[in-house]
Amino acid sequence: MKLNKPAKAGTYESNDIYIMIFPGYNSNIIELESVVYETFGEQIKSVINESLNLFQLTGVLVKAIDKGALDFTIRARMTTAIKRGMSNE
Amino acid sequence: MNKIYRSMLFMPGNNPGMLQSADIFDADSVIFDLEDSVSIEEKDSALILVTELMKSIQLNANIVIRINPYDTAFYQTDLDLIKQLNINTILLPKASLQSMKDLDSQLEKTNINIFALIETAQGIEDVYEILKSTSRCVGLILGGEDLSVDLNCERTKEGTELFYARTRVVNAAKALKKIVVDTPFTDTIDEMGLKNDCLTARKLGFDGKASINPRQIDIINTVFSPSEKEIKFALRVIDAKNLALENGLGVFSLDGKMVDLPVIKRAEFIVHTAVKIGLIKGENDEN
Repeated sequence: MKLNKPAKAGTYESNDIYIMIFPGYNSNIIELESVVYETFGEQIKSVINESLNLFQLTGVLVKAIDKGALDFTIRARMTTAIKRGMSNE
Repeated sequence: MNKIYRSMLFMPGNNPGMLQSADIFDADSVIFDLEDSVSIEEKDSALILVTELMKSIQLNANIVIRINPYDTAFYQTDLDLIKQLNINTILLPKASLQSMKDLDSQLEKTNINIFALIETAQGIEDVYEILKSTSRCVGLILGGEDLSVDLNCERTKEGTELFYARTRVVNAAKALKKIVVDTPFTDTIDEMGLKNDCLTARKLGFDGKASINPRQIDIINTVFSPSEKEIKFALRVIDAKNLALENGLGVFSLDGKMVDLPVIKRAEFIVHTAVKIGLIKGENDEN
């Protein structure tokens, strides 16, 4: 599947995560800022990667600003951003 | 007997912090809202968030999902995802005969129940038929804010403008043995106003009240719970009924007054509610 345009989802509220995705890169890159980076940084990246793999996306830059989101929120915001980025509207 | 619906708390469907804490506020039901509290631009986001939550976390609360109205483009998108989830109730906004019929047919292969949100002048007039239109419909919530707009009248704290609607929906629901829940009290700071509004609703026959803020739940639950005096009397009625049965008496009296079937039924309902919310122990409870 293909990302057609940059897209974003989420908010900067606590328990949420703000996701921006950009097409046109050579491989998938994740840039993460998180209030809990030390403890959960790798776990958050792993959930982001799972979402990219689910949609079979490659060459995507993901910028994520995490405010303590649980896994379900990360998955939801990634799915929303990806669907928005895949849309032709 | 059925679930208790003293309090039904609305939560914005695009707010993960609130959604994941849904079961800590002591509301008898929590309504994940995809409609009014979600902006048009974030409808997709809220639907996906609620779906992911329901797939991932087992919340210790009775979850109801308010989808978007039948006459919007979001209705079908919501329904296609929501009906695949392990939920037991959908709240249908601006319920009408047509929208209830459609929702019922789309839920055909599921066990999902429907709560009707009655919030239009036409809905008030059709309420009996709406509730009766499908066995999936377990009850209704009165939506006073939208109704006031439809009636072109000011929404007041006293709620005089809703008197006809309130009595009409209560009567229809009771006639069909359905749950009937009152409209939210929207001033979240005015505790006395909330209490008075709850007392009015309870006097009229409502089973509970919807809420838009967790801080209202305690007052709502208290007003719609049976009082100690009511519970004591109900237990005495049931004891007297059991004694009368043992003695082969069809009719009996308590405190000099004859006790008939409606009094017994009300006593049983009060005891059932009191057990369900933990005010007294049930027959099957240990110790």
